[in-house]
Amino acid sequence: MATPAPTSPIPADIAALSFEDALAELERIVRQVEEGRAKLDDAIAAYERGVLLKRHCEAKLKDAQARIEQIALASDGSAQTRPFSDG
Amino acid sequence: MDASNKTNLEPYTVGELSGALKRTIETEFGQVRVRGEISRAKRLPSGHIYFSLKDETAVIEAVIWRSSVPRLATQPEDGTEVIATGKLTTYGARSQYQLIVEALELAGEGALLKQIEERKKRLAAEGLFDPARKKPLPSLPTVIGVVTSASGAVIRDILHRLEDRFPRRVLVWPVAVQGAGSAEQIAAAIRGFNALPIDGEVPRPDVLIVARGGGSLEDLMAFNEEIVVRAAADSAIPLISAVGHETDTTLIDFASDRRAPTPTAAAEFAVPVRADLLARVREIGGRLDATAMRGLEQQRTHLTALSRGLVHPRQLVEGAWQRVDDLLDRLSRCAQVAVPNRLRDVEQLGRRLRSPAELLKERSGTLDLWTHRLQAGATRLAERKEADVERWGALLESLSYRRVLDRGYALVRDGQGVPVTQANDARGALTIEFKDGVVQAAAGIAPKRKRDGEPKDQAGLF
Repeated sequence: MATPAPTSPIPADIAALSFEDALAELERIVRQVEEGRAKLDDAIAAYERGVLLKRHCEAKLKDAQARIEQIALASDGSAQTRPFSDG
Repeated sequence: MDASNKTNLEPYTVGELSGALKRTIETEFGQVRVRGEISRAKRLPSGHIYFSLKDETAVIEAVIWRSSVPRLATQPEDGTEVIATGKLTTYGARSQYQLIVEALELAGEGALLKQIEERKKRLAAEGLFDPARKKPLPSLPTVIGVVTSASGAVIRDILHRLEDRFPRRVLVWPVAVQGAGSAEQIAAAIRGFNALPIDGEVPRPDVLIVARGGGSLEDLMAFNEEIVVRAAADSAIPLISAVGHETDTTLIDFASDRRAPTPTAAAEFAVPVRADLLARVREIGGRLDATAMRGLEQQRTHLTALSRGLVHPRQLVEGAWQRVDDLLDRLSRCAQVAVPNRLRDVEQLGRRLRSPAELLKERSGTLDLWTHRLQAGATRLAERKEADVERWGALLESLSYRRVLDRGYALVRDGQGVPVTQANDARGALTIEFKDGVVQAAAGIAPKRKRDGEPKDQAGLF
């Protein structure tokens, strides 16, 4: 089976998806493949896309870093950030 | 020293001092807000209203000029706690200073609640709280904007809960959450986050949290201010409000997209639990792999099953040959077995077949025999019947009334020929039959005689 290599880049259309959209499409694909009515070619294509969606979802979830900043207004009124200081 | 000081100090006139005091007071206290209780309020015929404003320690005189009266939010009443806005001036003629009141608002919780309720009705009528305006929260925001005090427990609670569930980039917009200018700061922060360019240096948050810890009604008042409520309602970024404790409700809660009972709950609304999502993605991914593999395996099995149906052409020919051989074999067996059997059957049938002449001869012999027996039987029957007739004739004759007539009796009949057997029946013309003939007679011609011994049962013979 032509499983996408784990290192292959995620296509732009998938990378642009929000987490919830990617998850929703992944669920739809799984249901479609589970029903088993799709043509073999379609099923394989759906599987490949499902694998990419799953990687995209996981990537979104792995990107979980806390970064706390605080807004500071510059003299011209534009917003800038600086590290958050408590108090 | 005292003398020289006295000499060096130019004496004020009373009017000068009074004027200096007036200037100082009016400059220093040009615009003040004073909270106090109203007492001794009286409206004079001139239309001006005079009263005193007092608290536990002091009293100040106040006046509302007639021109300001129509604009008052509330009319002064003794005993009411108010916040008076105006300027201080002096009344030189009586060495008094007084507050010229331009605006009067009710202070105290009941008054505040009433004011909030009226504002709520007005903003609701404008449609600011319509459910249709509510925006759904993103399920997984990338950047979270928080509008709150930079110090205190609230921001720490929010950051801790975000860290527990799903660490995110957080932008804190520090504001004063109570006191003068707090409402303006909060509104500016909400509008400021919305004004950030999408692709700017400072990322635009996907969701906002506007939060404050618990406090008195007055502490929370900034979140009831119209400027804050409108900023929240106008926010294009989905906004979660979390002001005070669960039981506190401020007007921003009606304008926000989601009201959280506490700042911690606001953080929970903002982000999902990362571990749950990871488990879900893995579960779905596992299903994808399993079903894809199972689907392929089923196709492979199906293919194998079908390929068994594909045979080599030589096998097809061989099979045909075998079939031909089999048929030929069966055919020859038919010839060897079936023909002799049939011949035997014909022979047997032939033996059972007899000539018509023979059958005729046999049948005619039988006919002769039966004809003979029939004739003999008929003759015997005729003879027997003849004898019977004779015998029965003789018997009949012996029983006939004529034999009685032979013995000397006579038979009397009436006119219709019916035998008369009783004397009572003997009327009219009668015939009397004797052995040798018939005599006509008539009843009643001769005298009646009764003759004994005449057989009465004459008719009994018949």
